[in-house]
Amino acid sequence: MSNCFSGNEAVAYAMKQINPDVMGAFPITPSTEIPEYFAQYVANGEVNTEYVTVESEHSSMSVCIAAEAAGARSVCATSSCGLALMYEMLYVAASCRLPITLACVTRALSGPININNDHSDSMGARDTGWIQIYAENNQEAYDNFIMAMPIGETASVRLPVMTCMDGFITSHAVENIEFLDTEVVRKFVGEYNPENYLLKKENPLAVGPYDISAYYMEHKVLEAEAMKAAKARILEVADEFAKISGRHYGLFEEYRMEDAELAMVLIGSSAGTAKAAVDQLREQGVKAGLIKVRVFRPFPGEELAQALSKTKAVAVMDKSEGFSANGGPLFAETRSALYDLKQRPHLIDIVFGLGGRDLKTEDVENIFARLADIAATGETGPVYTHLGQRQRRK
Amino acid sequence: MKACYEKYFRDNLPHIFCPGCGNGIVMGAWARAMDEMGLENNDCVAISGIGCSSRITTYIDLYTLHTAHGRALPFAIGVKMCKPDMHVFVFSGDGDCAAIGGNHFIHACRRNIDMTLIVINNSIYGMTGGQYSPLTPTGHFATTAPYGNIDPAFDICKIAEASGATFVARGDIYNIRQMIDLIKEGHNHKGFSVIEVVSSCPISYGRRNKINGAPALLRYIKDHSVPVANAAKMSAEEMKGKWPVGVLYKTEAKEYVEAYQELVARLQGGS
Repeated sequence: MSNCFSGNEAVAYAMKQINPDVMGAFPITPSTEIPEYFAQYVANGEVNTEYVTVESEHSSMSVCIAAEAAGARSVCATSSCGLALMYEMLYVAASCRLPITLACVTRALSGPININNDHSDSMGARDTGWIQIYAENNQEAYDNFIMAMPIGETASVRLPVMTCMDGFITSHAVENIEFLDTEVVRKFVGEYNPENYLLKKENPLAVGPYDISAYYMEHKVLEAEAMKAAKARILEVADEFAKISGRHYGLFEEYRMEDAELAMVLIGSSAGTAKAAVDQLREQGVKAGLIKVRVFRPFPGEELAQALSKTKAVAVMDKSEGFSANGGPLFAETRSALYDLKQRPHLIDIVFGLGGRDLKTEDVENIFARLADIAATGETGPVYTHLGQRQRRK
Repeated sequence: MKACYEKYFRDNLPHIFCPGCGNGIVMGAWARAMDEMGLENNDCVAISGIGCSSRITTYIDLYTLHTAHGRALPFAIGVKMCKPDMHVFVFSGDGDCAAIGGNHFIHACRRNIDMTLIVINNSIYGMTGGQYSPLTPTGHFATTAPYGNIDPAFDICKIAEASGATFVARGDIYNIRQMIDLIKEGHNHKGFSVIEVVSSCPISYGRRNKINGAPALLRYIKDHSVPVANAAKMSAEEMKGKWPVGVLYKTEAKEYVEAYQELVARLQGGS
């Protein structure tokens, strides 16, 4: 089955195929269409989901937490300030080990108020204990959502999953994508049958009680171990998914990295632009490659270090501001992951695309030219720079 | 635009409101009220949250603070506590004020702090594409209520009165002269003044409720707005689906900043 869908509609469609028990719904640009499409499915009787409209995102996440704790599979969608308003509850969901699935349509955070894409919202939530999987395009947004529950609901993991796609660029652009049959999806995702849940009368459960200092740390360590265990599970689910879809996913995608000396690392829709630029550079004989990080939590540190070990210079592209001399989050973690390599490439951080600022192929080519220069001279120059902003008027 | 109103606007018009939106009418009525009261731009602060109506602070040339969704009132309280001499106006919508910001709303009413809140009620979440709000009437349609809204709607004016607001009024975008007077009276009242303005969203609300086009929606609003004096003489059955417009409630009570200043004076021995 092949169809022209926007990213938002593709995710809503995945939700429909899964037929979750509960959706907590509250609108915010650019994720609004997801609950909107889904409301139509509910109204048409195409799913039997309890669709709960609330007065804020804090409440939509609370609905999901309560439902999931009661043994019901729950889903949600949000963006930007909506995710920020959920912040308190994101930690609760993860620490209660409730495998909720949240579609995060990434958008700049206020302020200044801006509705366009960058990753400041999802990156702000990177340490809440949620698994984070990012999509490059509509197909991946759809696929990632279907893989989310088999990952999060596994006993060794039991963590909520945030599937992220770029606001407007992915959420609103229409692409021809391939859907799986609903029966195939339902079989793949399976039923949600948690061992313990709030309303199980044989084994009543207290969810979210006060955790005194004698126990709190043990619980956080268990959560951290679950996040580590998620890495293997993500790859296992990807393998199973390949069998039903023919599409292969890893923790990140390596594009023309076989013999790459110069590499770029980034997340999300900008990968399309970067791939086009890499192709052009390859034609000119430049050994350029790209790594598109798909899974940011758990962070694939060892694997990234391995993949970049043969390169000479690497540009890490951050679509969120780090406000720190150590760069944005993707750079800080990538560079840290490479610390244990015997021979490390030179690394630079480029903050780009904030609040919807465009990234062009010539921008990518210029960055590779800078990398070539760094590789040749061994001089890194400024490590932490920004791309595409106008100069300040003097 | 007349020159006397122009001074209340920045030079970034035209606004982004859709054709037929009531926000521009409310903004215009507010400017006329400002002019009639002789208020100077720099003696006033306007604060808004998020939503179509909250865009007003982008256009009016006062000290303005465009804040987070539902949170205009806490910001406004901060401004008023810090600068009691400033005239504080808050622009909000039915979603911003009654849903995500509902808690702030009742507590601002309770404190009776001297400011003027204008709630532009278009019965829908306009900006995000027509989801029902707590003020969408039961049975009406929204993208999230394709078969009719089953939720009972709030009466924001009754909530305001019950929560402690000392001036409560309702206007509408047809009776503009009345709206201007209500804004003036609300502003001149010492205490927390709430003015609900029944407004129109032809795109996200009217269209879905078979009230097609801005003129039809304006007529609908006109036909359903009943002056308070007339409403008092009508039966509940006659008032069904209609709303009273005018001053609904007015009383005197201790104003919050004054109470705070008295407390400070008392504890500091009047120094």
